[in-house]
Order: sequence, then C-alpha cells, then structure tokens
Amino acid sequence: MAMNYPILTILIFLPLAGALALVPFWRRERWAKGIAMGCAVVELALAGRLLFAAAGLPAASGAPGGYFLWEDHVWIERFGIRYTLGMDGISLLMVALTAFITLLAMLVSWRGIRERVPLHYLMLLVMESGIMGVFLAQDLFLFYLFWEVMLIPMFFLIGIWGHGRRIYSAVKFFIYTMAGSLLMLLAIIGIYLIHGARGGNYTFALHDLIGTPLDPGTALWLFAAFLFAFAIKVPVFPLHTWLPDAHTDAPTAGSVILAGLLLKTGAYGLIRFGYPLFPTAAKAVTPLLLTLAVIGIVYGSWVAYAQEDMKRLVAYSSVGHMGFVALGIAVWSPVALSGAVLQMVNHGITTGALFALVGMLDERTDTREISAYGGLWGKVPLLAFFFLLFSMASAGLPGLNNFVGEFLILAGAFRVTPVAVVIAFVGIVLPLIYTVRLVQQLLFVEERRPLTLPDLSLREGAILAVLALTAVYLGVHPAPLLGLLKVSVALLTGGLP
Amino acid sequence: MFDNVWLIPLFPLIGFLINGLFGKAIKEEKVIGGIGALAVLCSFAVACMTLFNIISLPVHERVHNVPVFTWIKSGTFQADVAFLIDPLSCVMLMVVTGVGFLIHVYSIGYMHGEEGFYRFFAYLNLFTFSMLLLVMGNNLLLMFVGWEGVGLCSYLLIGYYFHKKSAGDAGKKAFVMNRVGDFGFLLGVFTLYWWLGQNHGIWTIQFTELAKHAELFQGCTLLTVITLVFFVGATGKSAQIPLYTWLPDAMEGPTPVSALIHAATMVTAGVYMIGRMNFLYIQAPTTMMVVALIGGATALFAATIGTAQNDIKRVLAYSTVSQLGYMFLAMGVGAFAAGIFHLMTHAFFKACLFLGSGAVIHSMHHALHHCHSHDDAQDMRNMGGLKSKMPLTYGTFLIATIAIAGIPGFAGFFSKDEILWQAFANPHHGSLNILLWAFGACAALLTAFYMFRLVFMTFHGECRITPKAKDHLHESPMVIVFPLIVLAFLSVVGGYIGMPKILGELLGGIPNYFEHFLAPVFEFSEEFTKAHAHVAGHHSVALEWGLMGLSVLIAFVGIGIAFVLYVKDTTIPAKFTSAFPALHRAVYNKWYIDELYDFLFVNPCKALGNFLWKGFDVVVVDGIVNGVGSIVMGFSGILRYIQSGYVFNYAFSMTLGAVVIVAFYIFR
Repeated sequence: MAMNYPILTILIFLPLAGALALVPFWRRERWAKGIAMGCAVVELALAGRLLFAAAGLPAASGAPGGYFLWEDHVWIERFGIRYTLGMDGISLLMVALTAFITLLAMLVSWRGIRERVPLHYLMLLVMESGIMGVFLAQDLFLFYLFWEVMLIPMFFLIGIWGHGRRIYSAVKFFIYTMAGSLLMLLAIIGIYLIHGARGGNYTFALHDLIGTPLDPGTALWLFAAFLFAFAIKVPVFPLHTWLPDAHTDAPTAGSVILAGLLLKTGAYGLIRFGYPLFPTAAKAVTPLLLTLAVIGIVYGSWVAYAQEDMKRLVAYSSVGHMGFVALGIAVWSPVALSGAVLQMVNHGITTGALFALVGMLDERTDTREISAYGGLWGKVPLLAFFFLLFSMASAGLPGLNNFVGEFLILAGAFRVTPVAVVIAFVGIVLPLIYTVRLVQQLLFVEERRPLTLPDLSLREGAILAVLALTAVYLGVHPAPLLGLLKVSVALLTGGLP
Repeated sequence: MFDNVWLIPLFPLIGFLINGLFGKAIKEEKVIGGIGALAVLCSFAVACMTLFNIISLPVHERVHNVPVFTWIKSGTFQADVAFLIDPLSCVMLMVVTGVGFLIHVYSIGYMHGEEGFYRFFAYLNLFTFSMLLLVMGNNLLLMFVGWEGVGLCSYLLIGYYFHKKSAGDAGKKAFVMNRVGDFGFLLGVFTLYWWLGQNHGIWTIQFTELAKHAELFQGCTLLTVITLVFFVGATGKSAQIPLYTWLPDAMEGPTPVSALIHAATMVTAGVYMIGRMNFLYIQAPTTMMVVALIGGATALFAATIGTAQNDIKRVLAYSTVSQLGYMFLAMGVGAFAAGIFHLMTHAFFKACLFLGSGAVIHSMHHALHHCHSHDDAQDMRNMGGLKSKMPLTYGTFLIATIAIAGIPGFAGFFSKDEILWQAFANPHHGSLNILLWAFGACAALLTAFYMFRLVFMTFHGECRITPKAKDHLHESPMVIVFPLIVLAFLSVVGGYIGMPKILGELLGGIPNYFEHFLAPVFEFSEEFTKAHAHVAGHHSVALEWGLMGLSVLIAFVGIGIAFVLYVKDTTIPAKFTSAFPALHRAVYNKWYIDELYDFLFVNPCKALGNFLWKGFDVVVVDGIVNGVGSIVMGFSGILRYIQSGYVFNYAFSMTLGAVVIVAFYIFR
C-alpha cells in the first residue's frame, strides 16, 4: 500500500476539523453527534487500514529505524521547531487504540449525556486530535503542544459532565498534570539549549536530540522532570491519587478515555522520549522505578480490594495494572517492553469495557455502591455475562488479553529482578480476589432491595461485543501485534535479547 | 497420523459456543443435553483413534508434537498452541473424554428441569475443553491456560445455584485458593525458563524439549525451588495440605460437577503435572520427600475428617482429598506410573460413587419434596435402608466402595497396593519409607471404615426418612443408571491392565500393561533412579506378599469396624462421641482449619486493604497534594475573578512556557 497522502496529518487533524465543523450545528444535537461519530468512524477506518497494512510497509525514507510512515516539515525555523510526525509499531498500536476507544467512548455516552451535547462531542474530538498528536509527534515542541491540547478537554469533561465532587476532582487532575507538564517543558527547553550550545544546531527534533552527550548530573535532573510528568500520567505510586477521584467523578466517556488512553500517554512518553533521551540517567533511576512499580502493583490491588464504590474499585485496579506497565518499562528488555506496550492496549480494552459496564449500571440504577446490587445474572444475563468476561480478563485469566501482557512483563522482569516479580505476584492473586468479590456481589447473591433494570440495548450490546471479541482475539492470537512491535522494541532496547 | 488431534478440544468448544449462545433459545432439554454429550462423545472417538494410533507405533516413536499456531512470540520467548500426544496424554484423554462423556449423559437426567439447564451444559463443555487443553498442551503456558480455565469453570459450576450464598462463597473460595497455588505454577515457569536459558542458552517451555535436556538439570541448584513452587500449584489444584479446604466446600455444586471436576478430572491435574515433569522431580530429592510427605499426610488427615461427616457428599469429598494424597505419595516415591494408574482407577470408582450419591440425593430430594419436608436430602442420618428402594444404585455403589476400600480383585486394590508397596520399598527416602507406608496404611484403614460407614448408613438398616416420604423413594431413570453401571464395570476390570508384578507372575505371566505403556514417559526417571539409588532396594518377594496381605487385612478390619458400629450395635458411635466430646467436635469441625485460615489470612488481608486506602492514600498522599493544591487553588481563586473558569489557568501556563522559551533564546 503506497501512502501518497499525509495520512498521519489526517489522523491528527481530522477530529479537529470535525470539532470545528460541528460548531454551526450547535443547536442541532443530532447533527452534531452525527458529525462527531462520522469523524470517529473515519479515524478508526484509517487506523484499521494502517493496522492491516503495516506489516507489509517498507521503512520510510529519511526516517530513523523502525518508522514506516514519516512526515517532516520545517515549522518555526527560527527556533528549530519542526512539524515531524512518524509512525512505528508502537505508535501504530497506540493510534489504533485511540481511534477505537474514542469511538467507543462516543457510543457509550450516546444517551447518558443530555446537557450541552455538542460541546461534549467537541471535547471528545479535540481530545482525540491531541492524543493522536502525542502518539505521532517526533519533535519535542510539537509533542508538548499536543500533550497540552489533549489534557484540557479532559478537565472540562470531568468538571462539566462529572458526578460527585467533580470540581474537586477536575482541579486535582489539573494540578497534578500541570505540575508535571511544566517541569517537562523546562526539561525540554533544557535539552534544547544544551544540544544547541554544543553544535550550534538548535532543534527540538527528537531523533537529533537522542544521543546528546550530557553530564550525569544534568541528565539526571532532566530525566527526573520527564519522569515526573509521565509518572503522574501512568500513574506511578505515589503520584496516583488524582486517578481514583478523576475516574470516579468523570462521566463514563471520560473514564473510558482516561483509563483507555490518557494513562497510556504517560507510559508512551517514557518509552518514546524519557528513556531514549536519557539512557544513562534512566538506568540510574531504574531501581527506584522498579520499586515504585512493584509497590503500585501491590498497593493498587490491595486498595481496590477495600472499595465499596465499584467505579472506584475499577479505578484502583488501574493503578495496579498500570504498575505492570511501569514495571515492563523499568526493566527495559525486549520481552518486558513488548509486554508493556501490549499491556497498554489490553488495559485500554479491558478497563475501558469495565468502566462502560459500570456506567451502564449507574445509568440504570443511579448507584455505584457494590452492595446495592445482586442477582444480576438472573435479571440481566447479557450484561452479567460481559461483566464476568471483562472481570476475568482484568484478573488476568489466560486465554484473554491481559494475561499475555502481564505474563511477558513478568517473564522479562524475572531475568532482571526475580524478587520484584515474586512480590508483583501479589498483583496476580489480589485482582482475582477483588474481582471475584465484585462479581459475586453484583451477579450472584440476592440483592438487598429489589432493583428492576433492563438488559443491554442493541447499542450497548454491540459496544461490549466488539470489545469482547477484541479481548478474546488479543488473548488467543497476540502474535501479529507482537510482530509489529518487534523492530521498534529491539531498536529501543539496543538489541538486548 | 495425529494431524486431527486438534479436533479433540474443538468439539467441546463448539458445544460450549452452541449451548452458550443459543441454548436459551433452544429450550428443549434433550437437544441441549444431546449437543453437550455428543460433543464429548466425538472427542472420545477421536481420542480412541489417537490411542490406537499410538499403540500401533513402536515404543520409541510414541511422542508427537502437533503444532497448530503460534500463540505468543517475543524475543526469545515463544509459546505455541500445540499439542503433545504421548502415552501419558493418551491415558488422560481417555479418562477426561470417557468419564466425561458418561457424566454428561448422567447430567441430562440429573439436571432435568433445573433452571439454566443450557448454562450447565455450556459450562460443562467449556470445562472439558479447558481440561483437554491442560492435558494436551505441549508447553507449560498452554497447560496453564487449561489449568486456569478449569479453575474458572469450577468456580462457575460450584456457584451454579447462584442465589444460594453458600454456593457462591464456596465457588469464590475454590477460585481464590487455586489462584494462590497458581502463583507457584507461574513462578515455576519463570524460574525454569530463565535458568535453562541463562545457563545453557536453551530458551524453551516445551515439555519434549525440556525432557530432552533433562540431564542438564543435574547441576541446577534451583531445581528444588523450581519443583517445589510447581508443587505449590499442584497443592492448590489438587486440594493437598495446606490448600485443600476448598474441595469439601465445592460440594455445593451440582453432583455431576463433583463427579467430573472434583473427583475424576480437574483435581488430578496436579498429579498429571508432576507426572509430566517427572524428569525434573526425580532429580530433586528434597522435593520428592516433600511431595511424598504432603501426599501421605493429606491421605491420612483427610481420612480422619471423613470418618465424622454426615453429609454424604462431604464424606466423598474428603475421601477424594485423601485419595489424591495417595497419588502424590506415589509421585513422591518415584512410582509415577502407579500414581497415574491410581488416578485412572480413582476416576472410575470415585465418579461412580459421586454419581451414585447423586442418584440417592435426587431420589431423597424428590421424596422429601413430595411430603413438604425440609429435612436435608444429603444428610445420611435421614437415609438408611435405601438398598431395596434403589437396587441398581446400591449395587454399583457397593462395587465402587469395595474398589476404593482395596479389596482384591477390584481396581482400587491394584493401584493402591502398588503405591503402598512402592512407599515401603522405594530407594529414595531411606528410613522415612516406614512412615510413608504407615501414613498410607492408616489411611487405608480409615478409608475402608468411612466408606462402609457411608454404605451402611445410607443403604442398610432402618429407613429413617418419614414413612410418607418413603413411598416416593424410587430407582433413577436409565439415563442416570447407565453411567453408573459402566463406571462400576470399569471399577472392577480397570485394575487388570495394571497388575502388580508378583500377582501377574503368579497368574501366569500377565504383564503390567499400564506400566509398560507409560514406560517411555518415565524412562529418564527410571534410568536416573537406577544410577543414583543409594542402596538398590532389594526386598524379598515374601515381604511384598506379606505387605499385600497386611493391606488386605487392614481393609477388612476397617470394614469390620464399620459393620460393628453402624450395623451391629448402632449405639456405639453415640457412646464414643460422648466419651470423647472434644475429639469428636474437632474432627467434626474439620480440625478448625477454616477458622484458622480466616484468622491468619482472610481478616488481616481485608484490614490492610482498608488501612492502605483510608489511612495512607487519603490521609498521607492526598494530604500532601491538597496542601500543595490549596496554595494553587488560592492562586487560581484570584484568577477566577479576572476570567471565568480555568481556561485562563491553562492559557497562562502555556504563555508562561512560551515566554520562558523566548527568554532563554534571547538571554542565553
């Protein structure tokens, strides 16, 4: 397949164009929804096409190794800012996930959002643009720009359409994020200046900056700033406390995108920018990151176990699952890193589905308290079936998606640090305990007060069925995806076996 | 020749999909049950063909890997969906599909009229599929898929009557305890994979590859750890000390489930796993000792509890735990073939016993239901005298009981006696052998006792059910009785394919077909033992005969005691109980192990979770964040007067960033 049009640019700016296009339809909600949905569908089609074609694409000319699509233009010459987009296997998976999850988020909130509907979809589209940009930008300045563009709509989503203490949660999210990104900005400028001072070539281009010789102290500080920004997003313990609040109080679409995509940008940032730019500093920090990752795995799972609100439970479970991703990155070996990227996709699917399910229950009964439910298996068998399936996927049942990622991460980590793996095993046992408890209470026991609720609608069933098929497919046949990651991961990790 | 073996797991998977997706629409029980049973029958047919093919090959060409597709491949790590066909997996295939098919047939009758009939058959097929993956997987990870899959099905089937809290709790307990064991399994996979790769450059988790390089493990200091953690996995799945407490509770599930999953197939997975990796275990003497001791101790310990239970299924459950102990004892003393042999005979007679108890419960339930009695249909104290009401059930049940008690001529005798003899005469454990044998022998005594106690309380003596209900007791329909007859038949003849050597010689040179068939699988272990045994175990034939006679005597003593206590003078048990109230209470309450676990693990786990959340997360971390936050909030509070909303905040930071860039550029 020859790419004779700037497909990466289209991927990024199509949603933004859609967002602008729906402004004239501000008073016609159905039109606005339709436009948004149309954009999301086209995005998914483009991403899907790339996904199927990628294995056969040759390396892009003028691009660093592993990239098969590359767009490079001068943007602000005076500051050495370029408009550089590139896609390798890792970016491709993230882009596909973004297109997929965004469409699902729109579908999930199709009926739930009743106020300021066009604005809601506008936010989702802007966010999609931002996230696509984050996953494709190969210029630090461009990356930072998209990073900011991606965050602001989430703040509004929580603040305007959220539940509970939504303002508190939105602000908390905002402060955490801002603190991180300001530090990151400083570090970006730092490396820009250092690189420029050395050879007179002032540039933000990632692949020029990689390999900049830095004295260890400076490198450590710069890396720390990146790490801080990204670790907040992952989130790495103890920078995770924004997450339970933001997830719990966000509207369903917000939670789905938060868990499915925004958390991934943190991990992606570390993989694409943090580690390659500052390899020695990263190596020095590895023990710390390993420790925090393992603590996150155990801690997140354990706290999830104590939750009474099911949305908060799913949120804390994310802390545990993303701890695995952090572990895979910290280990930085091909097996572990492939596992980490795969786990990012898997977590997006599984946790996205669980948030969608919790949202569907909440819409029906107006409560998220676990103990208010019971006997759903008899009442809403379809919903119950999907709940069971995704709970099991989340608990890492082999044959379903999450297992593959977690297994690879642990298998890779075991070579480096067996002790960490042994401790992380708590994160294999505990999720089963809390998911079984959740499943038990929701699906099986008699409920305390009678609830009447309808089973899945066609729309809801379709969303979950697609997610379920994906979960099963990724669990049974992840080999093609792992194949896509092979080259990039090998290059990133320096060809370590 | 073996290209079609993937059909074996495929049929039940199709059955699962059909019944799972369309079962509710099909409604017709006969169709649903028919699909479920037919799927397993098809697998059985292919399995039989596979077995014949294997037998037709020369002994040393009986191991085949059949790849299907690549599952996970990353760096040096590769796991395929591929099947291993060798004598060991053939034995397991026959047990799983053969006994499985009979239980499917039985379920059509037993589950008649139950709510969610289709769900039951879907689960049952899914279980069979997972179990087949477990026994056919040619690598550790595919085995693990089956290993976890059967756990899930077990969970769903134990909790089949989901509105019953006790059923749900039992399922939960089973699932979680299994997961604790799985931790060991996965850790074993990692250590094994890593050690072999790191030290010898062989990155593999495939059984045949591992076996090929078995001798490399001789110098492996980690081997004891590897084999032990795998064994932890086995204790979870196969209900051994300390992870056995879920199995008795699992009896909350429908009785066919108890027969299929919790007697014949799933719970034997741990034994199978050790058999599969015998070449590692044989090289780890410490692990062998632990396995033998745990097995022996479990055999005895569970048997003691079995003597005091009144619920018919619970007696059988403890009996299963105890019999699994025998199998591990066999594995631990290096008698791998004998262990697998006992696995097979046990599948026959224990499935027969469970299904028989199911028939009894079914009949009791109907009778009690008819006269609106709320008496417990599973409590043996409400039974008695069922012999005349249910003659076929009684006959088959008695045969299976004789088999498990170890009376010569029946299947259990051959396999159990072989294990006891090996426990005594093996060259691995020195003076510990006496103890291992004693464990086994005492457990045999108790087994004969509690099984005949069960038979006497259930089928003999006075009928203790209300007279009105008594008239409603009846023999079960053919669909239920037929599997009982087949299994009872197998409980007799199944033993003759594995005749102990001295018996075979006496009877004119009948070889131990079973052991010979499995020999290629255990070849390495056999050679290794020969080369490394400290003192060649030269025991006289007379001693073997003596011990065999003793074990038979023991069985008859057990039966005799049961006869005296529960037929002759039924007042003795009550007297005994009142004479030793504390002992009886302890045994009746299963030595309070559940309570101990709650105290040690369950409650602290809950408390810690709560503490971390409310103590650490909310107070410590958020405290710091909110502190910082309130400063910023104060700041943004001022800004809010200037502009409406937080957009300004954002724009501000962006501008700030831009200013910083420019400033740097200009003033550098």
